[in-house]
Amino acid sequence: MSFVFYILATLTVAGALAAVLLKNTVHCALALTVAFAGLALLFLNLDAQFAGFAQILVYIGAVAILVVFAILLTKGSDTPADGVFSRTWLAGLAIAAAVFAVLGWAVIQTANLLPNSAPTPTVSVQQIGQALVGRYVLPLEIVAVLLTAAMIGAVIIAMHEKDGAPK
Amino acid sequence: MTSQVTPLAGYLLVAALLFSIGLAGALTRRNAILVLIGIELMLNAANLNLIAFWRYGPHPEALTGMMFAIFSIAVAAAEAAVGLGLVIQIYRHAKTTDLDQMNRMKG
Repeated sequence: MSFVFYILATLTVAGALAAVLLKNTVHCALALTVAFAGLALLFLNLDAQFAGFAQILVYIGAVAILVVFAILLTKGSDTPADGVFSRTWLAGLAIAAAVFAVLGWAVIQTANLLPNSAPTPTVSVQQIGQALVGRYVLPLEIVAVLLTAAMIGAVIIAMHEKDGAPK
Repeated sequence: MTSQVTPLAGYLLVAALLFSIGLAGALTRRNAILVLIGIELMLNAANLNLIAFWRYGPHPEALTGMMFAIFSIAVAAAEAAVGLGLVIQIYRHAKTTDLDQMNRMKG
C-alpha cells in the first residue's frame, strides 16, 4: 500500500463525509466535487487514465454543476429550522453501518484470496476506442439512445407548464 | 493491519466505506437533492470496485471492467439529469424539496 493511496483515500472519504453531513446544501455540493476529484485521482492511481479523465469530465464538469443548478433553482440552500436529517435517521444510520460491516467483513475475510500484485496494464486510448466500436458497439449504441432519451425526458419533465396548457 | 492490507483489499475497503456513506446520506437526509448526492456516491463506489478489479484481475487487456465502469458513468449521468429534473418539477408543484413533507402521491 503506497503513501499516495492513503492520501487519496482520506481525501475521497473526507469529501464524501462532508457531502453527507454538512448543513448548507451548497457546501454539500462542493464537498461532493472534492469526493469526485478524489475518485478520479484514485482511478489515475489504478492506471485507468481514460476512466479517470472521463470521471473528471462527466462528474466534476457536468453532474456537480447540475447539482448546484438544482440547489439554486429550488432554494435548497436554506437550512430548514427543524434539522437537515429525517425523523428516521437512526434507522438509516444503522442500516448503513450494517451494510459497511458486512462489506468490510467480506473484504477482510477474502483479502488473502484476492490477487494482490499484477503488472501495470498498458492500455492505450486507441485500444479503448477500438473496443468501444468493436466488441462493445451494441452497448455503446444503447447508451447513446439512453442518453438521448434521458435528455429529452429531463427537458420535458422540467419544462415550465404555461397556464391553461394541458397537463 | 497496515502492512497486511493488500492494494486491492484497500481499494475495496475504500469503496465499501464510500458506498456506506452514500447509503447513510440517501437514507437520513431530508433534502431530495442530498438523497440524489448519496445515490451518486454509491454509484461511484461501484465504479471504484470495477476499476480496482480490472486493474488487479487476470486479463486487464480485455478491458471488461474498464468498459463496465465507462458505461456505468454514462448511465449515472443520465440518471442524475432525470433525477434533478424531477426534483425541480416537484419543487414547482409542492414548493418544497423536503422528503418528510412529500407524503402523498395525489397531485
